[in-house]
Amino acid sequence: MATRALAKGFLGLRLSRVVPIRFFCGGHQYATAAPVHSAQPENDIVTEKILNEPLENPDFFRVSELFSLKDLFDARVHLGHKKGCRHRLMEPYLYGCRLDQDIIDLDQTVEHLQQALNFTAHIAYRGGIILFVSRRRQFSHLVECTAKDCGEYAHARYWQGGLLTNAPVQYGPGVRLPDLIIFLSTLNNVFQQHVGIRDAAKLNIPTVGVVDSNCNPSLVTYPVPGNDDTPAAMELYCRLFKMTINRAKDKRRRMERIYSLLAPSTQSS
Amino acid sequence: MAVSCVRTMGLVLGKSVNCSSSLDAVMSQLSRQVLGRQICVSCALHRKNLAAAGPEKFTVEFIQKQAEEFNIGKRHLANMMGEDPESFTQEDIDRSIAYLFPSGLFDKKARPLMKHPEEIFPKQRAIQWGADRRPFHFLFYTGKQMYYSVMHELYGKMLKIEKYQDHLRAKGLFSQDVKQISLGTSRWFTKEELEALLVETISTHDYNHFIQLMERLLSLPYCATEVEFVLRYRRQLEAPSAKRIVPLLQRDEWGVAFSTSDGCRKTSNCSVVLRECGSGCITINGQNYLHYFPTLQDREQLMFPFQFTGMLGRFDLECTVSGGGRSSQAGALRLATSRALLSFLSEREAENMRQAGLLTPDPRVRERKKPGQEGARRKFTWNKR
Repeated sequence: MATRALAKGFLGLRLSRVVPIRFFCGGHQYATAAPVHSAQPENDIVTEKILNEPLENPDFFRVSELFSLKDLFDARVHLGHKKGCRHRLMEPYLYGCRLDQDIIDLDQTVEHLQQALNFTAHIAYRGGIILFVSRRRQFSHLVECTAKDCGEYAHARYWQGGLLTNAPVQYGPGVRLPDLIIFLSTLNNVFQQHVGIRDAAKLNIPTVGVVDSNCNPSLVTYPVPGNDDTPAAMELYCRLFKMTINRAKDKRRRMERIYSLLAPSTQSS
Repeated sequence: MAVSCVRTMGLVLGKSVNCSSSLDAVMSQLSRQVLGRQICVSCALHRKNLAAAGPEKFTVEFIQKQAEEFNIGKRHLANMMGEDPESFTQEDIDRSIAYLFPSGLFDKKARPLMKHPEEIFPKQRAIQWGADRRPFHFLFYTGKQMYYSVMHELYGKMLKIEKYQDHLRAKGLFSQDVKQISLGTSRWFTKEELEALLVETISTHDYNHFIQLMERLLSLPYCATEVEFVLRYRRQLEAPSAKRIVPLLQRDEWGVAFSTSDGCRKTSNCSVVLRECGSGCITINGQNYLHYFPTLQDREQLMFPFQFTGMLGRFDLECTVSGGGRSSQAGALRLATSRALLSFLSEREAENMRQAGLLTPDPRVRERKKPGQEGARRKFTWNKR
């Protein structure tokens, strides 16, 4: 189901990515633009190559080099909440329990985090809109700064009910919704699941979420079991996401420059 | 794009054009239509708020088209009035419209007007995203991007100041008595002013939160580093007393100092010449004041400025008064005398006079009678059946 959503997301992204290359403006109500065929087929081939090349390699953006298990341990990512706060669905991700405090299995965290970062990198490479969400007041400024530095978007404030589900009315007709939502903390201020997780699942928007031992990981597409309370852990996550997104965008710019140099006949648009 | 509350004066324009032959030659059908559309009575001019609560009613293209039409219409108007289209200012436009469309309507806002669309249509936010539909602002998805960006900036400034303070503490240079921002003559923006600044609606809760955070910023000892940021959200209070207009002190052929001033009250108007080196002799419309004002109350009103400043026997008054009744004429004379007296007084005495109310013109006029009532306020006798 996740892969289907992924493929659909990619399809939508790919077709909408054709639009800026053709500089075709218009107020579209729908997510996909009509594919443009006749005039410049070479441009389409170039775009196809640019978009398909990262998909051949499992770790095209080399996100596994960005962090190690030791970094996660030093940032205290393995520390969960107390035994009483444990969520039933988080039990597979826990390593154990020491003096009533849950310890998260960092081996699993490393795999999940690599998958999540890889996915984020692919979305950023294809020019998708990434929304950082966190309802923790201590880290709202950090989250907003991270988003500003990447060139992406943040929402670390009170989540109004219809922001995603009622978007054309809230923002104006023809708005484009985020293509990925990253939850740096899946709970809101009353320790209930953030509304954005459910809304994103309703609208087929993939999510990456840092799930602590008291969170529900079921609706999150790419859960990352880890601590969301310590400043060190949050700074680590923000740094990692920022680095991946910047890397992916740089890579995209480089690929476009390479391919535009390789095919000089298609440079005139 | 039809704007519901705009009424065009095209028909009226047609009638007035037929009357004057010179205008006929200049006016073409197109320009008549264009001008007819421009000269509009619009209540959009006074519509209050500006946030994109719903879909935009005036798109950017519409406003641009209106601006082009306005400029074309301005040139046609200048040609019609026989003036140079290049140097046709807004005052000239207003004058020409008042000439071409004389209106007897009482309410100034209901009269025909021709202004640039920027001043007529309320400011609205342009489309928030680019060609690839990525929004421009990084807090777009919060719904209140301007407000939250201000809060984000504010918090960032606070963190910066705290870091600077820690840096100074580490060096041992921290001191409590640092120059603070002087906020004496300014106040925070009201909610409406903030909404106008940010072009976004703000709830009272949000506004209070903003003020709270600002006060917290000001409580930090080293907040003086962020003066410009703080002053951006404060409004300077006007000085309570505007510059007083003191009448000129003139000298006549015998070297006697005198000053002239006017006064009015209700429907009376008067003009007073106050001469120094006098003996308290007062002439009104050629008559002595004892004959003109037989009532004590009126004479008291007349004498009050002199009595208040203690200059009873020093001046001579020569007055002309018209309109109104005896009481209002006395009040007008009192105001004119106080104003004339200003040129003979010091600043402190003038301030005393102002505080006593001698220099304030009385704005009260007779309230009109309303239909369905016996007088201005008095209603007809209420009958149960």
